[in-house]
Amino acid sequence: MMQHSESVETQAENKPGIIRVESMHKWYGDFHVLKDLNLAVDQGERIVICGPSGSGKSTFIRCINRLEEHQQGKIIVDDVELTDDVRHIDSVRREVGMVFQHFNLFPHLTVLENCCLSPIWVRKLPRREAEAAAMEYLERVKIPDQAAKYPGQLSGGQQQRVAIARALCMKPKIMLFDEPTSALDPEMIKEVLDVMIELAGSGMTMICVTHEMGFAKTVADRVIFMDEGEIVEEAPPTEFFSNPREPRTQKFLQQILQH
Amino acid sequence: MTESTIKPPKKNLGPVKWMRTHLFSSWYNSLLTLVVGYLLLTSVGPLVSWVFLDATFEGSGPGDCLGEGACWLFVSQRLNFFIYGFYPDELQWRVDIMFGLLALAFVPQFIEGFPARKWLGIFGMSGLPIIGYVLIPGGILGLEEVESSKWGGLMLTLILAYIGILASLPIGILLAIGRRSDMPIIRGLCVVFIEVWRAVPLITVLFMASVMLPLFLPEGVSFEKLVRALIGITLWQSAYMAEVIRGGLQAIPRGQYEAANALGLGYWRKMGLVILPQALKLVIPGIVNTFISLFKDTTLVLIIGLFDILGAVQSTIADPAWQNVAIEGYVFVAFCFWVFCFGISRYSQNLERKLDTGHKT
Repeated sequence: MMQHSESVETQAENKPGIIRVESMHKWYGDFHVLKDLNLAVDQGERIVICGPSGSGKSTFIRCINRLEEHQQGKIIVDDVELTDDVRHIDSVRREVGMVFQHFNLFPHLTVLENCCLSPIWVRKLPRREAEAAAMEYLERVKIPDQAAKYPGQLSGGQQQRVAIARALCMKPKIMLFDEPTSALDPEMIKEVLDVMIELAGSGMTMICVTHEMGFAKTVADRVIFMDEGEIVEEAPPTEFFSNPREPRTQKFLQQILQH
Repeated sequence: MTESTIKPPKKNLGPVKWMRTHLFSSWYNSLLTLVVGYLLLTSVGPLVSWVFLDATFEGSGPGDCLGEGACWLFVSQRLNFFIYGFYPDELQWRVDIMFGLLALAFVPQFIEGFPARKWLGIFGMSGLPIIGYVLIPGGILGLEEVESSKWGGLMLTLILAYIGILASLPIGILLAIGRRSDMPIIRGLCVVFIEVWRAVPLITVLFMASVMLPLFLPEGVSFEKLVRALIGITLWQSAYMAEVIRGGLQAIPRGQYEAANALGLGYWRKMGLVILPQALKLVIPGIVNTFISLFKDTTLVLIIGLFDILGAVQSTIADPAWQNVAIEGYVFVAFCFWVFCFGISRYSQNLERKLDTGHKT
């Protein structure tokens, strides 16, 4: 309950532009992956990024916590600009949680240890406090009973929920989701989406790369459509789905909403 | 839910059926069984009688070895030399204490549920070498000094192997991490170090350490031969260790690095808490393999005039008082090496089982 009231407080500030991306470019070798991206995200906003595969949407959100380097333009997260400076990168990463397509839990640690690792070593919390907080988050993602197990003993959906809890344990201001349900069996997608919807309801700033259009309709404040490394269209979900402006968006929506 | 009532079929065969399926399933398997059986019967019998039945165990000197079998009297009479080398008799209790502590630290590792065995293991890797450093050479705390030129036998073998193993692992880890570093200078230095040391035979390293090194050192600075050999062995071994560990580092999926980065762990915590624990666990068999080969390679110090257990036995065989005892001597050495190497191997299997968390990402 504690973190709920906390997030309400921070939400009250409703800081504009907690993430600012200004004319950002990225190349892989000679290949121009991201072209002149501009985006401003306010605190508490929930953004869904969609687009065909290879459109650069994963690369884009991985730039926001510097898992990928950008070569031109600016990325400013919570007033810290991402440059080569390791201290800047570390301070951004402390405030930005990330959930991966393939969970990337640490297989040699138990679920609880996975959740406590960073709070103990980076936030310097005493072990007992970190464990208590971790248990709270595990309850929130509805798997407190698996705390003593190793990730290898859990199903994909459970692992992804642990990964969400692990990211939340750092009490991040922003959460990035990189196709969190793409590697899951259909019957497990819902349990993960439920957790994400609950999280969105608590006021967390979220950027989510996903193909789950239902999720986008329910929680997104804005939907961003990317293609070939460009932001093609950016609109609130009602407008985006009912009345897309760009032909490329229309074609994409036709293809994924057909069945 | 009702309990499942269907049990898997029993696989337990009777002895006759077992023999039929495993030994005599076809005409060529039957033939093989008979040939192997014949060879075993004809070789095991004489071996047993040579080692045990016809062997001489007791007596007072070379003259008592008259039987057909092995002359173990030779080993038991010279055992003191084989174990301690020229270490003075009245000071051997110091070495005995170290043997005792070594056993205390590592034997419990094989016994499930032995109290505080983790701490005993840690003691074996930290306190034990420090105590040994004081106790064996002496010269401080009122202990009489024993020069390293007097050390020998099994004791010397264990000192060389133990320090070589203990020191090469951390150096190897650092070299492996360095070789995968993003910083070109560090990576370059590590690559050069590893490739140079790995490309040189240990014998060359030992010769360099004992003959060449003193020529390069400034006047008045000199290490004992044993220390020089130890430094050579450790550096040589750490190059091998680095490559084994690098194999483990490369097997860790990129997602593990990314997850650690995304959690803001920073480079050293990422390596120490996430990557290395997984990588080292993966390469335990390779690490142990390297340890075992180092243990046996320590016999090469013979050529720079250090008398390890093989050297001690070999010099005794040349003693004209004892004749035709070479086989007994070498069998004894082989047995000693086997005991220790097998112990290391069992320990590593224990460790692998214990660390297995049934994962694969």
